[in-house]
Amino acid sequence: MNRHLISAGDLSQDDAVLILDTADELDRIAERPVKKLPTLRGRTVVNLFYEDSTRTRISFEAAAKRLSADVINFSAKGSSVAKGESLKDTALTLEAMGADAVVIRHGASGAPHRLAGWVRGSVVNAGDGAHEHPTQALLDAFTMRRRLGRLDGLRVTIVGDVLHSRVARSNVLLLSTLGADVTLVAPPTLLPVAVGGWPCSVGYDLDAALPKADVVMMLRVQQERMNAAYFPTVREYSRRYGLDAARMALLPEHAIVMHPGPMNRGVEIAAEVADSVRSTIVEQVANGVSVRMAVLYLLLSGPGQGA
Amino acid sequence: MTGTWLITGARPLGGDPADVLVSGEAVAEIGPGLDAPGSQRLDADGLILLPGLVDLHTHLREPGREDAETVASGTAAAALGGYTTVHAMANTEPVADTAGVVEQVWRLGRQAGRCDVQPVGAVTAGLEGSRLAELGAMADSAARVRVFSDDGQCVHDAVLMRRALEYVRAFGGVIAQHAQEPRLTSGAQVNEGEISGRLGLAGWPAVAEEAIVARDCLLAAHVGSALHVCHVSTSGSVEIIRWAKAKGWQVTAEVTPHHLLLTEALAGGYDPVFKVNPPLRTAEDVQALRAGLADGTIDCVATDHAPHPLEDKETEWQAAAFGMTGLETALRVVHEALVQPGLLDWAGVADRMSARPAAIGRLSGHGRVAPGEPASLVLYDPSPREAVDPASHASKSRNTPFAGMVLPGRVVATFLRGRPTVLDGKLAW
Repeated sequence: MNRHLISAGDLSQDDAVLILDTADELDRIAERPVKKLPTLRGRTVVNLFYEDSTRTRISFEAAAKRLSADVINFSAKGSSVAKGESLKDTALTLEAMGADAVVIRHGASGAPHRLAGWVRGSVVNAGDGAHEHPTQALLDAFTMRRRLGRLDGLRVTIVGDVLHSRVARSNVLLLSTLGADVTLVAPPTLLPVAVGGWPCSVGYDLDAALPKADVVMMLRVQQERMNAAYFPTVREYSRRYGLDAARMALLPEHAIVMHPGPMNRGVEIAAEVADSVRSTIVEQVANGVSVRMAVLYLLLSGPGQGA
Repeated sequence: MTGTWLITGARPLGGDPADVLVSGEAVAEIGPGLDAPGSQRLDADGLILLPGLVDLHTHLREPGREDAETVASGTAAAALGGYTTVHAMANTEPVADTAGVVEQVWRLGRQAGRCDVQPVGAVTAGLEGSRLAELGAMADSAARVRVFSDDGQCVHDAVLMRRALEYVRAFGGVIAQHAQEPRLTSGAQVNEGEISGRLGLAGWPAVAEEAIVARDCLLAAHVGSALHVCHVSTSGSVEIIRWAKAKGWQVTAEVTPHHLLLTEALAGGYDPVFKVNPPLRTAEDVQALRAGLADGTIDCVATDHAPHPLEDKETEWQAAAFGMTGLETALRVVHEALVQPGLLDWAGVADRMSARPAAIGRLSGHGRVAPGEPASLVLYDPSPREAVDPASHASKSRNTPFAGMVLPGRVVATFLRGRPTVLDGKLAW
């Protein structure tokens, strides 16, 4: 594995399977009364969050703590140049504190790349702009494998704002590496113009895609898209691309419904779908801790680390 | 240091070797075996002799951002790159939108003395795109402004653009348009395409340039005025300009060195040294721009030299400033991108980097190497191949995208009206 986890595209199939298998093992520990392992004792993990994301930060924090790492939460809001300290100066500060790993969430695509150039520790991308969110893709793949037993040949349909979605980018890259068949479904306005070159299929018709899906993953519609002519109205979006109970009935019997959260109930997903037995949304959260434990464990205690 | 110089063995415009006698501010004689007792001699065996280069598009940053560049440092960089005239863009602080500011910049250039500084006036007051600046006052000032541009901003209001094109005809001016449809490029970071989609950066579509280029060509034709298109970056723009020229319309265009050599793929590492506006485009665009420059559709090379202090580039991509330095590498890049592949000979380089930009800028005394002409000259050694070393640059800024890239050639000497500004590759004074 690389020293950093910045893009799901950097993972080979062997890397990805190793992370998922390791997460499986670590997941069993979560069932014990004492959930803690001594593996990363004395190592420092910094959560550097430039955007509010309580769920992702808590997930990384729990993962690091279960491995006995020291955790520093560093919340720095706003654009680095406009307000206060630059990302580089923050990086140098973390470096001076001896961070072994920096988990970064940032509104600017590529911020983890920049950070990796300024710190010696491992950089874990916890979401950068509209670029990537590789641990989300890993936990999604982990959840699919748990529920459906395999990833190879699995038909995964991802629905919604692909253009601005780091979750979609990381999932397309990771799932294609793992042999799944990914289909993106969205209004054309919310797809990148060159999406034809991505390792997946693309469609505009959700009803046509659902009967062929083993997994349907609904993406959150951001509030700011609703006023920028990407679609006429929220109601029209919901009618054409929202997953309600009637649409869910088009899915094969075994198919599951995923959402990276936070959900807009009644927009991209109806409440009865979110709360149905097909929904893995709560499981995804739980699996996130195990997958992030696996990532931190493999980055920080792998060969050549430890010293 | 003016006086008499005998430059021996140089190849004017890459032709047969000849000696050039410079007397006072002018070229006195060109021919084989010249002798001039008492003159200073410059052995130029094997060097290409070109007319001093003219840049239509330079950001000197003074007044306002003297931390990035000053007229003195920028003109030193220009001289080292073989330039004898630079057009200083108007987006300074304060904006060059009055006679007072353009005269100040012009005077600073005269004081620096290494390269003529020809100020460009803003088209609209404060570059705000709402009302015309006092174009006539700038034209009548000591700076004799003839090129007007809101560069950095597009004059996107069609009525305002039409009026500007019409108005400057009264004094033979030209509007240099930064062609960028603002609504299509809100927050844009990189060329829209495969790379923008993969990197998750907001796309800057080619159509946002081409739509404005097409509109402005039609406007220029309608009112019978002169349009110059800044930093053409797409193959579609080249086609539109080719069409406009075929119609006989007064449309000229420039291309930057970086758009002739670099592609959007360089954005892949999110290093903002490659962040520029318009953005680096595809390899197909680069080929079309080279072909357009070679066949004359694009009239000239202009650097868009845009110095920025380190802290404005050592950031996340989207927080970083747009722009690259270019004065000290332009000739080498054109050598690499056009001369070496056989698209342009040295006479062509002289035309695209000196004569034509001077003509577009309404300047006389540039672009020719001939007896009686001002001795503004550059001597260029085409043989070395060396990595670009930003630490050696005279610009105050280091944001060159060519750092570490091996490029051919070296500027050996530059003369400004008979006076050397660069000798042996270093500032002469």
